Amino acid sequence: MPEMQIKPLTLNFGPQHPAAHGVLRLVLEMDGEVIERADPHIGLLHRGTEKLIEYKTYLQAVPYFDRLDYVAPMNQEHAFALAVEKLLGIEVPSRAQYIRVLYSEIGRILNHLLNIATFALDVGAMTPILWAFEEREKLMEYYERACGARMHAAYFRPGGVHQDLPAGLLDDIGRFCDTFPKHIDDLETLLTDNRIFRQRTVDIGVVTAEEAFDRGFSGPTLRASGVPWDLRKAQPYDCYEEIDFDVPIGKRGDCFDRYLVRIEEMRQCLHIMRQCIERMPDGPIVVENHKVTPPRRSEMKRSMEALIHHFKLYTEGYHVPPGETYTAVEAPKGEFAVFLVSDGSNRPYRCKIRAPGFAHLAAMDFLCKGHMLADSVAILGSIDIVFGEVDR
Amino acid sequence: MDPALKDLGDYVAAALPEDVTRVEGAYGEVMLWTTADSLIRVLTFLRNDQNCQFKQLVDVTAVDYPDREARFEIVYNLLSFKHNHRIRVKLAADEATPVPSAVSMFNSANWFEREVWDLFGVFFSNHPDLRRILTDYGFEGHPLRKDFPLTGYVEVRYDEDQKRVVYEPVKLAQEFRSFDFASPWEGMLHLPGDEKAASGEGEEGKA
Repeated sequence: MPEMQIKPLTLNFGPQHPAAHGVLRLVLEMDGEVIERADPHIGLLHRGTEKLIEYKTYLQAVPYFDRLDYVAPMNQEHAFALAVEKLLGIEVPSRAQYIRVLYSEIGRILNHLLNIATFALDVGAMTPILWAFEEREKLMEYYERACGARMHAAYFRPGGVHQDLPAGLLDDIGRFCDTFPKHIDDLETLLTDNRIFRQRTVDIGVVTAEEAFDRGFSGPTLRASGVPWDLRKAQPYDCYEEIDFDVPIGKRGDCFDRYLVRIEEMRQCLHIMRQCIERMPDGPIVVENHKVTPPRRSEMKRSMEALIHHFKLYTEGYHVPPGETYTAVEAPKGEFAVFLVSDGSNRPYRCKIRAPGFAHLAAMDFLCKGHMLADSVAILGSIDIVFGEVDR
Repeated sequence: MDPALKDLGDYVAAALPEDVTRVEGAYGEVMLWTTADSLIRVLTFLRNDQNCQFKQLVDVTAVDYPDREARFEIVYNLLSFKHNHRIRVKLAADEATPVPSAVSMFNSANWFEREVWDLFGVFFSNHPDLRRILTDYGFEGHPLRKDFPLTGYVEVRYDEDQKRVVYEPVKLAQEFRSFDFASPWEGMLHLPGDEKAASGEGEEGKA
């Protein structure tokens, strides 16, 4: 029989597919059931955030950051707040730093819960998502009690946080820290030693440390490849320097290790949260510089100057001295950074948002090559993609 | 600036005197200016030199300054895990001259450069796959340029008669308003009537 050349089959995955984690269109070139090339088409959720920010004052730009990675909104705001503070040259009071770290860690748990649960759902486990969403709801209640919104918080503002925590909230979060380890253990009994879960994830999408550097990986995806790199340790911001925690790393760099790193990170988050609650200092929650942060409502009733400050801040906004900075935070998904260019006016001249998921998704072709079609779903779940931040 | 970082900038500039045109530093961050021709040499040095070891290209982006002769600044952010340093490499580019692609050295540059091409229209030579990435299929223009309007040029809607999505020129129900909140004392460089003072007309008229 003469040899036949078979043309590779092109398969469209998404954009409306439950395992596509949003609106990913993945064009796969298949040789039978083996992927030869994966070409992610992104941009279906592109909202032009960076362009919009150029037309808003610095304060008006904050809510856009909630809508990037809507799974852990406050961590994004953190990067923007730090970048603006750096350009303004202001130091945030200690209480605000602790509140921010506390809420960043809540955001990290929110993110990891969602990621582990949906990842497990993608490879066939139904229960974790039901359990995890119950816990997420509790955490979002803490968001709501602090700032009034479950998700789109706009809570971390340049100069501090928007308002102080209500009485009793810290005790409730402390109680959560005591009960939550049980839920992590429960999740682990379902997944870690689960034969099906292991068959679907071990040795799938292996990344070595060198490859991870080259592909721009960060966060748990980088740490799973055995690189002990965490911006909270390496380039500490806010009060992370004073806080003790461990950085879990993986050995193999496969999907299973990425899952394990996230599980352990949740435990470390609780450790950090407990320390924050214990040491939470008293004092102001924003910089007492009313050229940047609004005055207290009670002051405004009496003081003409406070009223003027309030009016100026909410119409014109503050002017940021000319300069540029690349400020990164360790968001749950990896290095989330803001490259902010100011021209001295009240609006950012340019605000580039560096999303970790963008670099991770760019490696999709490299990760999927030679794997089976079903593995692409496991890989996509393990690199933790949220389209709000990839498409911006 | 941090002396260690200042040293790092000077070290690179001393090693590549022809390629690094300027070293700047602010807010504890180092910045090297280079040219499109020397970019690859600078990046190679930064990645391979023992004292640099910038193994990761974290981000590539651009900034548009329409008034300048070469209107775009291309910005490369690198990270060294070994020495825990960040560095920024910059070069000027315009719409016509291509910038050499960094994909051969850092695979992460692939999508970042596609994004810069898509949003700014800076061409990267030797890029393996320079397609649009964030904008729609068949999109025209480069939206992050300062002369691109915020509202864009076309809008889409589902047409019930044709049973498909159609593209139409943007029709704004309300005219686009760009608020200028800058206070007249700071924002307006020339107050109405200033020209009279310069020519001395107002004073003489009164006299």
